[in-house]
Amino acid sequence: MSAHLGKPLRSAVSGLARAQVAARTIGEAAARTKAGRNSLHRQRQWALWGSYAALAVFVVFFLMPPFYTLMTSLKSSAEISSETGSPWVVHHPTLENFWYLITYPNFQTYYLNSVVITVLTVAVSMIISVLAAFSLARMGFWGSNALSTGVFLTYLIPPSLLFIPLFQIVGWLGMINSVWCLVLLYPTQAVPFCTWIMIGYFSSIPKELDEAALIDGASYMQILLKIFIPVAMPGIIAATIFAFTVAWGAFLYPLAYLYTSNQMVLTVGIISDLIRGDVFQWGKIMAACLLASLPPIIIYAFLMDYYVAGLTAGVTKG
Amino acid sequence: MADGTSRPVGVIASAPPEMRRSGSLKLLARRQSSVAFMLCLPLILLICGFVIYPAFYALFLSMLNKKMTTFVGLGNFAFLLKRHTFQLVIFQSCLFAVTAVVMKALLGFIIAHLMHNIPGKHQRIWRGLLLVPWVIPLALSTLTWWWMFDPSYSAFNWILNQFGFANVPWLGVGWIARVCTITVNVWFGTPFFMIMYLAALKSVPEALYEAASIDGAGARQKLFFVTLPMMRNIIAITVLFSLIVTFADFDIVRILTAGGPEDMTHVFATYAFQVGIQSGDIPLGASVSLFMFPILAFAALFVLRGVTQRTKDIAA
Repeated sequence: MSAHLGKPLRSAVSGLARAQVAARTIGEAAARTKAGRNSLHRQRQWALWGSYAALAVFVVFFLMPPFYTLMTSLKSSAEISSETGSPWVVHHPTLENFWYLITYPNFQTYYLNSVVITVLTVAVSMIISVLAAFSLARMGFWGSNALSTGVFLTYLIPPSLLFIPLFQIVGWLGMINSVWCLVLLYPTQAVPFCTWIMIGYFSSIPKELDEAALIDGASYMQILLKIFIPVAMPGIIAATIFAFTVAWGAFLYPLAYLYTSNQMVLTVGIISDLIRGDVFQWGKIMAACLLASLPPIIIYAFLMDYYVAGLTAGVTKG
Repeated sequence: MADGTSRPVGVIASAPPEMRRSGSLKLLARRQSSVAFMLCLPLILLICGFVIYPAFYALFLSMLNKKMTTFVGLGNFAFLLKRHTFQLVIFQSCLFAVTAVVMKALLGFIIAHLMHNIPGKHQRIWRGLLLVPWVIPLALSTLTWWWMFDPSYSAFNWILNQFGFANVPWLGVGWIARVCTITVNVWFGTPFFMIMYLAALKSVPEALYEAASIDGAGARQKLFFVTLPMMRNIIAITVLFSLIVTFADFDIVRILTAGGPEDMTHVFATYAFQVGIQSGDIPLGASVSLFMFPILAFAALFVLRGVTQRTKDIAA
């Protein structure tokens, strides 16, 4: 009987043992994963705090100059020249530098010139590049591929490569020391990249969309204005910000081609006007820098995401 | 169902338009390509007038004497290469560009990784803070750096004094001034690398990391065998692009040191400005600028190759 019973019993016992073993291993495994998850969790937490700490160090390094600009701009000339105490803090904050600049006719001229030149540059660059990108992305003609490549190569030409022959050319046009020459020259810096971004955005629009419009009898201009520009609005915004950045911050061209204060823009006007020989009016210079940085900071604060998306798409997607 | 109803209609209706279309299609194509060319015309004129023509004119200019009356061939280039100041310019330009780009790429990579670690909802504010240097016009932020480097009552010397160190003549001694110009460039350019690398990091599929962890890869192995190979192309494009921009930098050196002390911080752009615009020797200035061209062309070629490669990869 035992022999009869033996088999099932043994199998039952072995089954139980196996089950026990299995249960034990499951339990162990569970315990191990629990501990593992805990230590992993703790590790992650540490990594997270470490990341925050390291980022904070970098933020301090990157924000140190803007912070110092703000601090100096709030100081009076007397406080700066007394050279006592920490230069990193303001002891007697005052807005006199800002008030001086706002009521200073030369500074008003620079600001106005910068705004006018930037607005015109952005408008000219966007018109040129949207038209060209529409044509290169959708219509195409003999040599349009070569032109796309050429546009990209032009984007890689820095302003400091050609500013001397351009000096001669601006001279022939009779535009040396005329702020209007910048409206001709800045687009050469802005248009290639704007076109490049717009080609990318326009190419991503499904062909069915404009085919449907063509069948419905739309003209190319209608397709561009009613379909492409609204759909590619993020790209338009990114390209506009790029053109704005180029025009607002350029330094070499205005420094080389403009020399009287009624023709200057902010970047060169601040340097040539507020630094007279060895006299540096640092409080006013810093306040001027702050006022001049305000438009880009405001624009980026609201539209940064579009710009970053356009920029990274331009390089990561080609 | 749609097929059933549309097919007979299509058969009946499509025959005449097809015949008509073959003629009008050619006309349309011809019209389309000429319209396309017209739309590109402003771009072509701009590039021809203010990029291609000046480039050839620069070549011509560089072969004239100072008064632009006689043709001197390659005389300007030979003259420059023999000059000690110009040899310094070549050395400093290369040092400036290479050191700054390597530093920017490294710091950008580290910061992008740190940013990638923290939760997405916090990333926006940190990214905003870290992008500030890149948002402020470079000429203006360099002015602040100049003021911070001021020898008498400068921000940095004050801190050094607090710890009992002597004043450092930041922009007054050649090698220190070189380090200063590079520091400002790294400060300005790192955010650009950071956003590029962050975008690249986000485009690496999470599944690859999971697969690597299942195979038992550690953090370092994941970095070298997953992250870096996936980012290789973007790293190359960003580095080469930044190399071009940094190599041709003008603003920082011009404002901080104007080339001094003893011409030790001059780069090609500032030296060309000094020779060509300030001293009025336009041909010599044009030749200085043209020295940049081979290096820029070399980098540009590789950027272009990387970009087209990337486009093909995405298309495939």
